[in-house]
Amino acid sequence: MKNTFIGSPVERREDLRFLRGRGQYVDDLAPEGLLYAVILRSSVAHGRIVSVDTKAALKIPGVHAVITANDMPGGPPIIPMRLQPLPEFKPFEQPVIASTKVRYVGEPLAVVLAKSVAIGEDALEAIEVEIESLPAVADWHVAAKNKNILFESQGTNRSLVFEARKGDADVIFASAPYVRREKMRTGRHYGLTLEPRGVMAEWDAARGRLTVSGAAKVPFFNRRILAKQINLPEDSIDMVENDVGGGYGARGEFYPEDFLIPFAARHVNRPVKWIEDRRENLMAMNHARETEAELEVACASDGTLLAIRGEIHTDMGAYMRTNGAVGARNVAQFLSGPYRVPHIKIDSSLWMTNKTPVGTYRGPGRFESSFYIERMLDMIAGDLGIDRVELRRRNLVTAAEQPYSIATIQPTNATDQYDSGDYRATLDRVLKEINWPEVSKLQGKLIGEKYHGLGVACFVEGGAAGPKETARLELNDDGTVSVFLGTSSVGQGVETVFAQIAADALEWPMERIRHVHHGSTSYVSDGYGAYHSRSTVMGGSAVLEATNHFQAAIREAGAKRLKCEAAAVKIDPDNVSGPDGQSFPLKELAGLTAEGAFLNKKHTYSYGAHAVHVTVDPKIGRIEIIDYVLVQDVGRAVNPLTLRGQMIGSLVQGLGGAVLEHLQYDEDGQFLTASLADYLLPTASDFPNLRCVILEDYPSPINPLSVKGAGEGGIVAAGGAIANAVANALQSFGVEPRQLPLTPTYIWELVQAGRQKQAAE
Amino acid sequence: MPIRFEVNGKQVTVEVEPRLTLADCLRQQLRLTGTHIGCDHGVCGACTVLVDGDAVRACLMLAVQAEGSKVVTVEGLSNDDGLTPLQKSFRKHHALQCGFCTPGFITTAHALLSEEPDCDADRIRDVLSGNICRCTGYISIVEAVLDARAAYKSNGGKP
Amino acid sequence: MKLPQFEYACPTTLHDAVALLAARAGDAKALAGGQSLMPMMAFRIAQPALLVDLRKLPGLREIKVSGDGVRLGAMVRWRDIEDDARLASAHPLLKAAIAHVAHYQIRNRGTVGGSLAHADPAAELPGIALTCEAEIAVMGKGGARTIKATDFFLGALTTALEADEIITELRLPPWPQERAKSRRWGFQEFARRRGDFAMAGVAAFYDLDNSNKAMNTHIGVIGIGDRPHRLPAVEAMLNGRAIDDASIERVAAATSAAVEPQDDIHASAAYRRALVGTLVERALTSAAA
Repeated sequence: MKNTFIGSPVERREDLRFLRGRGQYVDDLAPEGLLYAVILRSSVAHGRIVSVDTKAALKIPGVHAVITANDMPGGPPIIPMRLQPLPEFKPFEQPVIASTKVRYVGEPLAVVLAKSVAIGEDALEAIEVEIESLPAVADWHVAAKNKNILFESQGTNRSLVFEARKGDADVIFASAPYVRREKMRTGRHYGLTLEPRGVMAEWDAARGRLTVSGAAKVPFFNRRILAKQINLPEDSIDMVENDVGGGYGARGEFYPEDFLIPFAARHVNRPVKWIEDRRENLMAMNHARETEAELEVACASDGTLLAIRGEIHTDMGAYMRTNGAVGARNVAQFLSGPYRVPHIKIDSSLWMTNKTPVGTYRGPGRFESSFYIERMLDMIAGDLGIDRVELRRRNLVTAAEQPYSIATIQPTNATDQYDSGDYRATLDRVLKEINWPEVSKLQGKLIGEKYHGLGVACFVEGGAAGPKETARLELNDDGTVSVFLGTSSVGQGVETVFAQIAADALEWPMERIRHVHHGSTSYVSDGYGAYHSRSTVMGGSAVLEATNHFQAAIREAGAKRLKCEAAAVKIDPDNVSGPDGQSFPLKELAGLTAEGAFLNKKHTYSYGAHAVHVTVDPKIGRIEIIDYVLVQDVGRAVNPLTLRGQMIGSLVQGLGGAVLEHLQYDEDGQFLTASLADYLLPTASDFPNLRCVILEDYPSPINPLSVKGAGEGGIVAAGGAIANAVANALQSFGVEPRQLPLTPTYIWELVQAGRQKQAAE
Repeated sequence: MPIRFEVNGKQVTVEVEPRLTLADCLRQQLRLTGTHIGCDHGVCGACTVLVDGDAVRACLMLAVQAEGSKVVTVEGLSNDDGLTPLQKSFRKHHALQCGFCTPGFITTAHALLSEEPDCDADRIRDVLSGNICRCTGYISIVEAVLDARAAYKSNGGKP
Repeated sequence: MKLPQFEYACPTTLHDAVALLAARAGDAKALAGGQSLMPMMAFRIAQPALLVDLRKLPGLREIKVSGDGVRLGAMVRWRDIEDDARLASAHPLLKAAIAHVAHYQIRNRGTVGGSLAHADPAAELPGIALTCEAEIAVMGKGGARTIKATDFFLGALTTALEADEIITELRLPPWPQERAKSRRWGFQEFARRRGDFAMAGVAAFYDLDNSNKAMNTHIGVIGIGDRPHRLPAVEAMLNGRAIDDASIERVAAATSAAVEPQDDIHASAAYRRALVGTLVERALTSAAA
């Protein structure tokens, strides 16, 4: 039997429970004796804590305890960085609870444990907090003055400068025939998950065991941190992954609550559950994306890109969180996108400000850098009188140039190279899909009240971060097999995708893959998790390895029982047989298990192009999408149905960031967007006309499945594509968007400025 | 205070504080955890249930206000043996990923299709704009609801 | 974001409801659909000691259409207005405006009385009430009275309702039926997304006299300033004039000059100023079409 589950649009197994309301998310757990945790958060952006008085709160009936930093002997633990854990960042890492200073609105000050969330919230109002306010550092411009400093002992608000280097950009700029300089910025938004975060901890005092539910993304790493902080051996802690309501990079990193709740449970020896409410989610979950760039691009007169140089500034918020440096690194390293740029010199500064700390959000740094380079390409095309599609085609890395090396990042000395692909093919395809020759006749045309415009943008998407992922197969009593994974699910559909991979490798029917277990620390010896578009590539390759070992183990066991060579043993879904026809039922080997791991130091790079046709109403600044096509070559599509879900889903997140989503603060660091009526997410009526095309022309050469990570392609180039389309539509006003999001106010301001300039001329 | 109402066809009596929302009552008191709370301030739609046939936000309704009503949750729109036509259509079109918003979409779409089995894509988008999904980008959800219309049409508004 | 503690009462007569409110001297709130009050309480911006649920009060759910105009009971829901086929001719402006209110689920619970009492400056119904010179009937411990919409909205989330008063009905003056073609109207608003509160909105109507000139012009704006309001100077510019592209353009510019918009996180004041002019232009253009 030869299976072809891989490549088929297999309907998801997960859906059977989700559609019937039978999913089990962490808030659905309610063990006997449960206490609810509610967190008091700072309402002051920057200040010194004078006192936190909990006496009145403790008198409220139903309040069991209130925990502050004073309850932690030796002071509150500090959360270490997971990615780029450089010594320079150490002083800027976040304590799990504020003890001397508060540095952002939303920073934890106390944890109330109560009989219900409502009573806990009543108690919050009874805690008396005295904070001596300090001037707030509300953005990177203020931070850069280094007058008010978040971490006084450091003497600066800049935690680091990443340097992206390739060739010798300064030499090129000294003699370049053409240079374009621009200043641009991207707004602050975040990977809002519809299920807010949640942690439930149960302490078994007798056995000295801690069980933590609500784990996601990187449970093994988080267990390591927690074990150290709470002073338990790692194997005394079980991290349990329940159904997880979305990740997008933001969920599952180690947050203050990932210590506070287990600590509380142990402190009071009762199960404790904390479910983040939406207001705190907006101010406590990692923010992302807010950057400003001053860039120069040098070109030959035919449009050939020669060099990029400049500075990028990231508003990091108040602390360096676990993966907080990734965006600031990526925005520099991936500024060249899919384009051939021989000389690069970018300094990317990380500025500490009195805002919610940043972490990754799907396509970290890539969304921002794509906006910058794609906008500049359109402006350059205009300056040089070259068609913008042709300009891109000339500069895209060709298949012959693969693997192609991009800028090296210091101080981490991180090199990287694209693995394979013909980037022009996806550009050509997207133009064909959107019928570019025909629709381009509408560029800049006013029809009714609206101008029509087209935008195009190309991208690469990195995936498959190493170093390793683990999987294990176990044979059950009924002859089915269970798959256990070190990677985790944040809702992408891994139970289905890994069952497809396992069934194909074993050449068994899908039903024989009974369960795919993932995310909890008890399933495999080690695991790394779901981030950087890595689950399918790394976890899938590990499943493949595990099936090889599993079959070998069956052959070995079979050889013993059938008294023959292992190589001569045949396995079918029901029986194990030897060369002479003797056989026994496979299920008699129940309990047999085999683990496999996949190691990887290289990244996969899927790639593609976006093309969009918009209308813009210049008087009210409304953008409508008439047609949007995303083409991505993913090497190999394991499940086209779920892949399409990743593509369209990430595209709409990108459009949200490009048009709607904006986390706003005032100059005192007060948070202005603390509800879903203020932080605007895309809804069903905002972006109705989106299409995607999956290509599989360039399988990845660096993993056995030939797959490439493909969870970010929709988001990466959305900002650039739509901004280019808006510029194209409003060309008669000379409009060039230089910031995201493209709010009605901003579009209208650009049109007004254009009108005034025209009137003056 | 004690209140009595019907949930998924069964009469229930629960003792609630006035401040308990219908969403919390269903989840905590009645352990019907299919109704999800995504915002608790009436924007995301994850807690949508049917009250006397109308789709409403259960976080914007007190449990005491449900006294005497007929409440239907996603569990009440589900069978043990398999998926309903609407659920099948969601699965076929991959109209869900993490599943957290899904119960709210199912209840809302069910209310819509029960009343307007001939609705077009624009009407579906209009109605579903009160529910937030962060994973799918909505295209597949609209396709799924369009595709499920046939089941409601052929059966006089019942799937 | 759980609600603060409160007592709950569910009276069965208007008299009892009023008495309950009166007894708490401002520390009680009437609860209709709850679609505005509940979020306020979830954020603990509102913390009433007593909620008086109006759901069992008789006679507040009716939509009456007669020669006296359209009367909307306080407990009439958006959904009821949407579903009432009579209103397409009895009050097309109301119908058009209500189509913009919130989302499907909210429209199944949100009520006329709740919206008026909440008095959000960007809400559609207060804008319609104001523009159409409606009256709001209320009942308090001193008995029934009616309040003109112009006197009712005092500021953002602030009305002329006394602490013991409950809205019973919104009375919209009659919409001309016999000479339906002479009544011209338009409604325009622009929100960031479907169902959001508008950054600005405009309700406009006028009647054509025998020489096809406008008279009785009413233009109201929402989302600008702290309450819905009319633009009398702009209305005066149109009365006695033919409505054509030139007059519309002049009026649009005058509108922008007449309003005092505010900055907020969704739009700048300057943008709002321009937007409301554009919306007036579009409302009048669609009215004239």
